[in-house]
Amino acid sequence: MKPSAKTRRDWTLNAVVLALFALFLWWGDGSMARDMGWNWLPARLNGYQVQILNLVAVYGILALSLNLIYGFTGMFSLGHAGFMAIGAYMSALCVLPAAQKEIMWLIEPIAWPFSVLHTPFWISVLLGGLAAALMALVIGFPVLRLGGDYLGIATLGFAEIIRVLIVNLTPITNGSLGIKGLPAHTTLLTSYLWLFLVLFGMVRLLNSNFGNVLKAVRDDEVAAQVMGIDVFRSKLFSFCLGAFLAGVGGALLGNLLTTIDPKMFNFQLTFNILMIVVAGGLGSLTGSILGSVIITVLLEWLRVVESPLDLGVFTIPGIPGMRMVVFSVVLLIIILYRREGIMGMREITWDGIFGLCGRLRRPRGRAGTGTDTDGEGRA
Amino acid sequence: MKVAQICASVALAALACGFAAPAAQAADPIKIGVYLPLTGQNAFGGQLELEGVQLAQKAQPAVLGRPVELVVVDNKSDKVEAANAVTRLTERDKVAVIIGTYGSSLALAGGEVAERAGVPVIGTSCTNPLVTQGKKYYFRACFIDPYQGAAAATYAAQNLGFKKAAILMDVASDYSVGLCNFFKRSYTQLGGEVVADLKYSSGDQDFTAQLTEIISKKPDFVFMPAYFAEGAIIMKQARELGGEFVIMGADAMDNPDTLTIGGKAVEGFLHTTFPYDVTMPNMGAEAKAFTDAWRAAYPDKDPNVNSALGYNCYNIVLDAITRAGSDDPEAITKALAETRDLPTALGTLTINETHDAELPVGIIQYKDDKRVYLGEVTPAL
Amino acid sequence: MSLDLFLQHFLNALTLGSLYGLIAIGYTMVYGILRLINFAHGDILMLGAYFVFYGISTFLLPWPLAVVVAILGASLMGVLVDRIAYKPLRDAPRISALISAIAVSFFLESLGVVVFSGLPRPMHQPEWLVSIITVGGTRFMPLTLIVPAVTALLVLLLLWVVYHTRPGLAMRAISRDIETTRMLGVSVDKIIALTFGIGSALAAASGIMWALRYPQINPYMGVVPGFKAFIAAVFGGIGSIQGAVVGGLILGFIEIMTVAFLPPLSGYRDAFAFILLVVILLVKPTGLFGEKQEDKI
Repeated sequence: MKPSAKTRRDWTLNAVVLALFALFLWWGDGSMARDMGWNWLPARLNGYQVQILNLVAVYGILALSLNLIYGFTGMFSLGHAGFMAIGAYMSALCVLPAAQKEIMWLIEPIAWPFSVLHTPFWISVLLGGLAAALMALVIGFPVLRLGGDYLGIATLGFAEIIRVLIVNLTPITNGSLGIKGLPAHTTLLTSYLWLFLVLFGMVRLLNSNFGNVLKAVRDDEVAAQVMGIDVFRSKLFSFCLGAFLAGVGGALLGNLLTTIDPKMFNFQLTFNILMIVVAGGLGSLTGSILGSVIITVLLEWLRVVESPLDLGVFTIPGIPGMRMVVFSVVLLIIILYRREGIMGMREITWDGIFGLCGRLRRPRGRAGTGTDTDGEGRA
Repeated sequence: MKVAQICASVALAALACGFAAPAAQAADPIKIGVYLPLTGQNAFGGQLELEGVQLAQKAQPAVLGRPVELVVVDNKSDKVEAANAVTRLTERDKVAVIIGTYGSSLALAGGEVAERAGVPVIGTSCTNPLVTQGKKYYFRACFIDPYQGAAAATYAAQNLGFKKAAILMDVASDYSVGLCNFFKRSYTQLGGEVVADLKYSSGDQDFTAQLTEIISKKPDFVFMPAYFAEGAIIMKQARELGGEFVIMGADAMDNPDTLTIGGKAVEGFLHTTFPYDVTMPNMGAEAKAFTDAWRAAYPDKDPNVNSALGYNCYNIVLDAITRAGSDDPEAITKALAETRDLPTALGTLTINETHDAELPVGIIQYKDDKRVYLGEVTPAL
Repeated sequence: MSLDLFLQHFLNALTLGSLYGLIAIGYTMVYGILRLINFAHGDILMLGAYFVFYGISTFLLPWPLAVVVAILGASLMGVLVDRIAYKPLRDAPRISALISAIAVSFFLESLGVVVFSGLPRPMHQPEWLVSIITVGGTRFMPLTLIVPAVTALLVLLLLWVVYHTRPGLAMRAISRDIETTRMLGVSVDKIIALTFGIGSALAAASGIMWALRYPQINPYMGVVPGFKAFIAAVFGGIGSIQGAVVGGLILGFIEIMTVAFLPPLSGYRDAFAFILLVVILLVKPTGLFGEKQEDKI
């Protein structure tokens, strides 16, 4: 089939934006320019901005992976923190040199295969993802037969079991002392490379026939079965793929913070990711990204309400805790006024952006299987 | 194909980061960052330490002829937030030096950021040895868990002559796990026997099963390095179930509210702590200064050791800045590492090669609803 | 294990289990009617305990009056939460209401930190509740037995309300089919508000009893008991009142008896509860007392 003018236009625009964004990251990261001695470039982003951009990317990956499981396949899974924990621990154990591990395991010496394991960063991330996917396979066989809330509760249970195991298996995980000193491999370039790989892969997957299978399973399991779809296998595949990506996200998070411990991976973490997915819009890829941008930036920006306010005449002292009060109110307002999330099931597309530029706003039908159906730009 | 459209939305992030506009500088103050858990599970510790830091700033609001500005950031008792908090302090606020934090796992996350940024940090009460291990820029104003564990074991085995110990450990807390293990190591080396080793997880409130089991093993004493609110509940339940053993805790039990929550069950309770207490006989001049300043600022609250630690951190930092003669982070780091025999509210303080404060370990006992500072103990090992 | 020792463990488990059961009822009532996991339940529990604390320390109320005021206050808060955060989302996707519940839970916890401060506070325990009684080798306080008794009493009362009164009938009708019930002329919103009122009153009652048994309160005190009671509600079959109590007792007994019989594995205690949860869900997905219900997700 010959690509239409519109498709060509979209490809070109995509390429241009991608290139510009890559340039922006390259400048923002600044390390390569520094190595080349290009000091005439304007000052790069500061570490605080880099940190937040990195978090946006990592949360973006995590939100996309949960959206695959819940938004596109309809499985209410609350096990994300568990998969992230497995990914983060696996990757941390692989990426640390043996000598460093030996001095860090203070309580009990580290167990054998892990004591000598040492791989490059990108292999450790893949291994983290694979370990999480393997766990998803083991868990998925029994629990994916459950439906609705019960699946959510069972996966939540498994995530907690994983956390209890990590706390107690000191010879492997160093228990509650956690692991520190991971090399800071999660730079802007790596995290966004992963984000775009994941996004690209998911767009391809969801536009393929298999994507339609997943959506059919989500919309009506019985009808999908009647049409001859192997519902269980499709669900299991989606669950394992989502877990793989959660593992990758966990590994990247570990290497971003450069330290991990079991407390990080409690059920609150799953709720945070769920919050991003739902606030962005279940079943919307761009919504997940937008959600992670908004929530991450909002949380940082709201630090303002906790710092003392200088009014010249007198100073209002900062109130600790106020930030989370405001944050929860904002979250509540988002969900009350946009109950299907910011994007609903729609995507941001070029059509939508041009449409928005053209007239004020043009709401149209929901996204189907095609690529560019409808769009809505946000101010 | 939607791939790159997303660039647009991600670019929002870049724009949104633009909020980080540099603040206008008034009288060219020296900025000291403070990151502490002011909310979340460790809020009780962070809030007390912040009060101590603020008290010290009030007493000494300027150094090198420049005013000191405190930049306080909450780390929400959360690792990701702790890393963000320190990044914000080093990159946006460009602080010269940082104070914090309560909770070792938070300090680990913050420490990695500070290390990369090359900004010195002085920890208030993060006692896990990993916090400063291999770090150039992380220091702390407290002793570490192995030292405190050994001191507790020495006191129990030699001063009190106890032969049989039971251990109650919070398996989900790095603090408790570390202390219990170091205690166990020292105690068995000193010839003691551990007859029961029970575990619980942070957040638990019911310890009856563990305590009933411990009581049936008839130990001389129980070592229980919990946080004070939990610890007070443990003591209450132990007495309700008829446990007559001595109970020993560690520095996290040092809080004025241990008594208000634990009530009569606290009678006879012993704990190791940093060498400061209101009831301390022959209090040093610095400790007295802290106590008086506290009394003036908070007439209805007793001074406490966490606030003393916060107070100390500020003074150690100011001393380092004075000796460095500038607010350059590298110079302050060097000066911090060379802190020797500094008179502080916790006695004479020296920072050793591993960046930990060398402090004696104090022992406190509750007698007739009152705290009594029994003295100091030096580990035998 | 000697008989005395076993009896002691048994009593401990009975008290803990009854507390879980009492908290679990609140979850189960709301879930039974709205299919909503009300994550704010644990935080209403916290509010109940704080209301008693401030009733006694600030307003100098006598203890029984403080308890009554606290229960009424928490009940009002529950209705308010429903009115603001859940009612507008009645016909929205269920996940929106769930996120709303999580937001409310965040809100109440952080508001607690701002208003009450993060410092744990002691809870006043009336002397007669905590004087030790010794029978043979077993020691207990009146509170140890009062907790299960109060739980049993409240459950009977609640069952009577649900099965023998007109609002109870309306509740059951709503749980079957909310639209038909509305068409029949029942003012559904009032009944749902009543459900939240009762559920929150129970949360406050359990919060107060929890704080009497474990006398320190802090803004996050509801998180762990809430989470565990929720698990208990699922054990018993979420939506069933008897099931919630049985589930709570089972959870209490698992927690105590794992430590009693397998002391070296006490660190894995929480894992046992979750393993049993998964097993129950796999064998009988709707829990022990649950009815088979269609999914509304």
